[in-house]
This record gives sequence, structure tokens and C-alpha cells, in this order.
Amino acid sequence: MTNLAVHLVLLLLMPPLLLGVINRTKAFFGGRRGPPLLQPYFDLARLMRKGLVLSHTTTLIFRAAPLVSLVAILFAGLLMPMGPFDAPISFPGDLVFFAYLFGLARFVTTIAALDTGSSFEGMGAAREVTFACLSEPALFFALLLLAKLSGSLVLSDMLHSPLHAQWTILGPSLVLVAVGLFIIVLAENCRIPVDDPNTHLELTMIHEVMVLDHSGPLLGIILYGAALKLFVLGAFLLHIVAPVQTGRVWLDWGLFAAELLGLSIVIGVVESAMARLQMRHVPTLLVASILFCGFGYFLLVR
Amino acid sequence: MTDLTMVLLVVSISLLASSGVLGLFLGRRSATGQRWAALLMLAGAGLGLWIAFRHLLRGDSGTLDLPWFLPWGSFRLKADALASFFLVPVFLIPALGSIYGLGYWNSSERPGSARALQFYYGILAASMAIVVLAGSSVLFLIAWEVMALSAYFLATADATDPPACKAGWMYLIGAHIGAVFLIALFSLMYRSTGSFAFEAIAPAALLPGVATILFVLALIGLGLKIGLMPLHLFLPGAPATGPSHVSSLLSGVVYKVGIYALIRVTGILPVPPAWWGGLLLFAGATSAILGVTFALAQNDLKRTLAYSSFENIGIISMGLGLALLGRTFAHADWIVLGLGGALFHSWNHALLKPLLFLAAGIVERAVGTTETNKLGGLAKSLPMTATLFIIGSAAICGLPPLNGFASEFLIYLGLFRTAGLTGNGGAGTWPLATMAVPCLALAGTLAVACFVNLSGSLFLGQSRQLLPTKSFQAPSASMTAPMIAMAALCVVLGLAPGAVLPLLDRAIAVWNPTTSSLGPSLSSLVPAAWISAAGAAIAGLIALTTVLYLRIVRRRTVGIAGTWDCGYARPSARMEYTASSFGHSLRELFRWALWPRVHRPQIAGPFAKPSHFKSYVQDPVLDRVTLPGAQLLGRAFAWLRLLQQGHLQVYVLYFFAIVVLLLIWGRSMR
Repeated sequence: MTNLAVHLVLLLLMPPLLLGVINRTKAFFGGRRGPPLLQPYFDLARLMRKGLVLSHTTTLIFRAAPLVSLVAILFAGLLMPMGPFDAPISFPGDLVFFAYLFGLARFVTTIAALDTGSSFEGMGAAREVTFACLSEPALFFALLLLAKLSGSLVLSDMLHSPLHAQWTILGPSLVLVAVGLFIIVLAENCRIPVDDPNTHLELTMIHEVMVLDHSGPLLGIILYGAALKLFVLGAFLLHIVAPVQTGRVWLDWGLFAAELLGLSIVIGVVESAMARLQMRHVPTLLVASILFCGFGYFLLVR
Repeated sequence: MTDLTMVLLVVSISLLASSGVLGLFLGRRSATGQRWAALLMLAGAGLGLWIAFRHLLRGDSGTLDLPWFLPWGSFRLKADALASFFLVPVFLIPALGSIYGLGYWNSSERPGSARALQFYYGILAASMAIVVLAGSSVLFLIAWEVMALSAYFLATADATDPPACKAGWMYLIGAHIGAVFLIALFSLMYRSTGSFAFEAIAPAALLPGVATILFVLALIGLGLKIGLMPLHLFLPGAPATGPSHVSSLLSGVVYKVGIYALIRVTGILPVPPAWWGGLLLFAGATSAILGVTFALAQNDLKRTLAYSSFENIGIISMGLGLALLGRTFAHADWIVLGLGGALFHSWNHALLKPLLFLAAGIVERAVGTTETNKLGGLAKSLPMTATLFIIGSAAICGLPPLNGFASEFLIYLGLFRTAGLTGNGGAGTWPLATMAVPCLALAGTLAVACFVNLSGSLFLGQSRQLLPTKSFQAPSASMTAPMIAMAALCVVLGLAPGAVLPLLDRAIAVWNPTTSSLGPSLSSLVPAAWISAAGAAIAGLIALTTVLYLRIVRRRTVGIAGTWDCGYARPSARMEYTASSFGHSLRELFRWALWPRVHRPQIAGPFAKPSHFKSYVQDPVLDRVTLPGAQLLGRAFAWLRLLQQGHLQVYVLYFFAIVVLLLIWGRSMR
């Protein structure tokens, strides 16, 4: 019961903090003090208090999409085990459900972008679906590897399998899959080198340009959903790169939160150290993620 | 007792077949014939559905033998669980389609073709039902031929423009090439077993290698009918140019009858070697990925829908391939999940594709074009059609909590199990099969791209070019009601897949009788209750967030303005992202398969002349290989034209001569 409560509290409250940490890290490398760590929360609160402007081209879809997308990602968060604790909801095959919930979120987000009739938003939606076609097979290779390792089709069992600790034997496979998944985390959450969340030119954006027309509470919901997605996929990656547990409940929860913050710092460092790739080079990076995850799986199967 | 149900089935099929006959004796513009046809179709389909579900729920089967005039085989109709399962879409979709036809192909607006259309519509439905019920291969082939011919007449009922006529011819040619392979298949079966009946073939009855030949003949002959890439070449044209309620039968149900035949034939062959399942899995994956890629590259709404069928046929074939592998390696769970997924997806696609085609028909009627690059913003004038189309799009992409997800979920579960999960038992593993998992994921993601593009460019944004609004017609209730029924079924099947699983178990038991007694049931392998609960939870959460959102927004000011255009002063609808621009980056990724043709404008000098740009994607198998090859062949055989006199009597004389020669040959062989 405690674990369920902590799971829900962390899932609902922690995501914006990750963005705060990333921004702070980037500011540090840029030689600035940067915004407060809690700035994303202030932003969300401000957006929720604002009014909104709707385009007269849009239909109901435009308003419904952020809500559906948020629910899809939230539900994916309920399927994802955190640290050593099992997910609140788990059933055989939930890994497929998990992956397809992101598909649902993508469907409604891109269709809402087309609803505005803006060419920029169409461009962003086109990029989103194109890059998803490359990251999805990589994700499924990673899931295959985990299913093969654990002999289970339940996410909680797959990610908590004791085989995980055997890094000495399975090291090469796990390293490859971890690298592939890290690329997916960056790409799916629109971080540098795939997308730059701070860019100011519509032509070079992916995610930001799809939501250009959303404002006020709707934009708040979208930003919160994006943070949630980073949280959920980050929690997924942590199971592979840091499968540590102490056996004490509160220490484990603290460790999990600390690992997530650590992952945010790593993402911040990557963002500070790299430039955004040219749009036409992004597919190459994503194909690399397929190859990493694919080779990781092949090494295991042989 | 069983006899009575079979008699009722025959009655229902006769009702379907005769539904259009009355109309032939009435006036060309009379609405009475059309209404009677729809009524008879409904009555026949209702009766047929009742019997089919009765068989499915009870798990029994019925046979009916009637006197038969031919020396080969017998007139045997057999309704076992597998046949009954496929009877459901065969009865349901034509009935709904004929109601839609009342408004869509109104006899007062289309006096030239309405009568013929409703006549062949009933014949097609009846012939499909007989194909599914046929207990012997001769009856099967005859019904198969009637099915192909009536489909051809339907597709070309109103064809006045050359592309539509050509598409119809292509369909007919493809059907007959396929039929040749099927005749060879059934003749070889007869030679081996001495019987035309569809009964399990004992391995001892076959000479070494014959089983392989039978499988290859079935795969080619039926692959040509269901469009297993690259054998799809003859198929996409007819649904793309035919009337929409005909396309929904061609793309939604006729392919399923082909799938049924493939399942039936693979079921009666002996235990297959691993490469059969592997080949079907590979062909299915190819078809799934390339089908949707070609769909994405089309510029026409109905062509896109026609190509998207090959994706779903691919997914179904992957399920069947997995089931064949399950038989090879004696994994009952692979069989149950693979074949169960294939059967369930057949139902789902038989609902979804007609739904989308019927919506396309409304769009076509409303604005007079199906060119996706010209459309846009129709959600405002056709709100109901837009809603139904978007529900269908989400479902065909396999997104939860709709029915497309439920069936793909079964196939995923089965494919993941081929990785050789521990605690799973079973004889061997076949890790190569797991390669299908990322392929299925890729196909699903591409489908999202394709259908987001399609729904967006049809219904959202603004119209990209000025369209004739004068002829704009809102759909009548008789057109939307069948679509609402289909969409509602999609939602129900997605939220309650558990209701279908026992029916699937019964159909699977026919295919592989050993699974029924020994193997696991689908309900024990698939967490159907969880899928329902998760779907309901998602719906509930959406409702909750909507309430919260509305409470927040109620106290906020809501402004209405134009779409943000980055400060440009005079935005116009022609600056919108078109369907082609949306698909551009994916088309570039799949350049190696699509071979797009691009005609770039020649722009030179400071005062360039008006010019235009054109790009399109042809079918590589048909337009790049087969047609040029056929032309070469035609030239090489030009001397045969000597025989082509142009007089019917001469051709009948040829037939006569051939029959005489055959008689002489037959005598001399004795």
C-alpha cells in the first residue's frame, strides 16, 4: 500500500523536477546561474491560471488531444515498475500495452497538430511520426531482450529479473541495449541531439512546433505530459543501467529518485556537450539505436 | 436438428442471391427494387448470422448433401466452427453495405447501373458464403469463380473512364491466374487422396515432395487473391476505382474469404516443415511493412485504403505463419495465439476497412474528388463522418483500447513466446521468428503515420483547394447508420475481447484438432479481463481529466483567433502541409522500395516560364516489371494474332476442335 502511494506521488509530482534539473545543469555548463530548480512547477501553475486562445480552424480534437495524450502516458506510468518495486498494474503482455500507449499519445498529438492547419505544425507532426518509425523497432528489440532474459512477458518481472545483476556475463548485451535505449529516451523526449527544446525557430523544431497553437491550461497539460514521458522512459532505462537495490523500502525509494535526478544531470550534460544534429542526420542516429538494441538481442540469442 | 440449421443457411444464402432479382423487372429509376434488395439482404444476413453464431456458441457443425450433376465431388455444405467464424463478416458486411447503397448509389441518380449493382451485390455475398461452406474442392472452385466474376462486374458497374476499366480487367486477370494455381492444387490433392473433400490428408497418402508442392500452389494461388506482397499486383486498382460499398466488400470481405481458404488448406495438409511457417511469417512481415508504406505514398484516398489492406493481410499472415510454426515444433500456445490473432484480426479488418471505405464514399459524394492533396477541413461540414473515420483510423493502427489492438496483442504475445521463454516447456524454439516482433512494431508505427496523415488531410485544417460546394450533399441516415454500427462493434470488440476468445478457440480446434483436448485455451493465455479493465480505466481517466479541464477552463477567458503563422501577413489554405508533404520524409526513408517518379520543373533565367512539379509512386511489381514484361511477351507472340479473327463463331470453332482433340487423346490413352 505504501509502495502504491509512493509510486503515485512520485509519478504525479516528480516529473517537472527532472526538467528543472536538466535546465540547471545546462545553465551550469553555460556559465549561468539558471532558473530555480522548481521553475517548471511555477510555469505549470502560471499556465493553469491563464486563459486560452483557440484557432478558428480547430475542432474538438485540438482540445481533446492533450487530455488523451496525458492519460495515455499516465497509464504507461502505472505499468512501469519503479526501482525494485512492482508496478501497480501488471498483467501478461503489458509490455505491448505499454509501448502502444505511447503510440496512442503520438496519434492524438500529431492529429491535433494537423487540426490547426498550420504548415509548421504539419512539419513537426511529419517529423514526429517519421522518427517514431525508427525508435519503435529499437524499443521492441530491447523488450525482446528483456523478455528472453527473464522468461516473462510482465514488465515488473522482466525488469526485476535477477539475471539483471549478472552484468559480468551479459555485460555486452546490456551495454548495447542501454546505449540504444538512452538514444530512444533522448529522441522520444525531444532532447538534443534530436530536438532542441529551447530553439526559437519553428523550422527546426519537432515537439515544440506541434504544440505552437496550444495555450494556457492546454499547453500546461502538454508540458506536464512531456515531463511525465521523460520520467517514465527514464525509469525504464534505469532498470537496465542501475539495477541496484538495498532491500530497505525507504532507502530504495530514495535511491530511485536520486538515480532519476542523476539521469537528468547526464541528459543535461549531453545537451550541453553536443549540438543538435541536422534534421536529415537524425534518422542515422535512430538507426544506430535500432542496431544497438538489435545487436544486443542477437548477442543474447546467438 | 443440424439438418434444419443447414436448410435455413441455404435459405439465407438464396435470399442473398435473389435479393437483386426483383429489381431487374422494375423500372430503371424505381426505388422499390433497391429497397426490396436491401430488405432481402438484411433478412438473409440476419438468418445466416443467427445460424453462424449458433454453431459458434455451441461448437457443433452441420453438413448438408444435395444431389450433384457433375461427376466429380459432391454438393456438400459443411458449417463447422471455422466456416461459421468467417460466415459472420460474409453475412454482416454485405447487409450493412446494401443499406448504405440505398443512399450512396441511389437508383434515381444512377439509373444506368443501380439495378446491375444490386443484383451482383447479392450474388457476390451468396457466392462468398458458398465458398466458405464448400465441403468439396469442385464446389469451392465453382463458387470461387462466381465470386471473382461478380466482383469484376461490381467493380466495373459504372466504369466509364479507362483507369476504372483497366483496374477491373486487372482484377479479373489476377483472379484467373490465381484460379489456375488452385485448379492445379485441387487436382494434385485428388490424385493423392482420391477425394475432392476437404478432409485432413494423411501424411502417408502423399509422395515425398508433394506436400511442398501443394503448399506452394496454395500460397501462390491464394496469395494472388489476398494480396500477399509481391503477389498483390492485380488487386489494388479495383477497390480504388469501384463504388465505395463495393470496395468495402472487395477489400474487407473477399480478401478474408481468401484468408479462410488459406487457413483451411494449411489445416488439412500434414505437419509442415519449419520453412512453411517461416516463409509465411516473412511474407507477412514484408506485406505488413511495404503495404502501409505504399499506402502512405498514394495521392488518392481510396488507393491509400486499398493498399492499407495489404498491411492487415500481412499481419494476419504473420499470425498464420506463427501457427504453422507451432504445429512444426508442437507448441500449442503458438498455434492458439497465432491462429487466434489471425482469425480475430480478420474480423476486425472486415469491420474497419468497410467503415473507412464507406466514409470515403461520403467524402467522394460530398466534394466530388478523392485526391487527398486537394481535401481538408471536412470535419466542419461532415462531423459524424469525421468522427467515425478517426475512430476507424485509430483502430486500424492497433491503438488501445480499440479492436485492432486486441487482435495484434494476441499475435504479439505469440511472437514473443517464440523467443523460448523459460518455464514455457515445449520442444524447440525458433528465435528467427522473433524478428517479426520489431517488424510488426514498425508496421504499426507506419500505420499511425499513414492514418494520421489521411484523417488530417481529409477532415482537419482548411480545404487546400477550392472544391465544388454547390453539389455538396450531406449523408442520409441510411448511409451513416451502417457506419455507426461498424464503429460501435469496433469499440465493443476492443473493450471486451474476452467475449470473442471462446469463439476463436472453437475455430482453432477445427484447424488443429489436437489443440482442443491437449493445448491451452486462449482465455488462459490472454489476459482479456485486464485488457477490458485497462480500456475502461483509460476511458474513465479521460472522462475525469475532461471534467477537471472543463472546471478549470470555465473560469478562464477563451479567445478565438487565426492559427499562428509565424507573423506572416497573408496566410492562405494553399500554404498548409498537404498529405504529400506530410509523407515526404517517410517516402524518402523508403525510397529503395517505392521508386518514386519525380518530374521537376525546368527553371532557367531571371524570368522563368510557368512550370509545374509532379511526383507519384507507381506500383513497382505491376508498373515496373509485369506490364513492361507483358508488352515484350505480346510483341514476341505477335504471330499468334493470325488466330485472332474477331468472329465469335471462329472462336467457338476453336473450342470445338480442342474438345474433339481431347476426346481423341482420351480414347487413345485408354
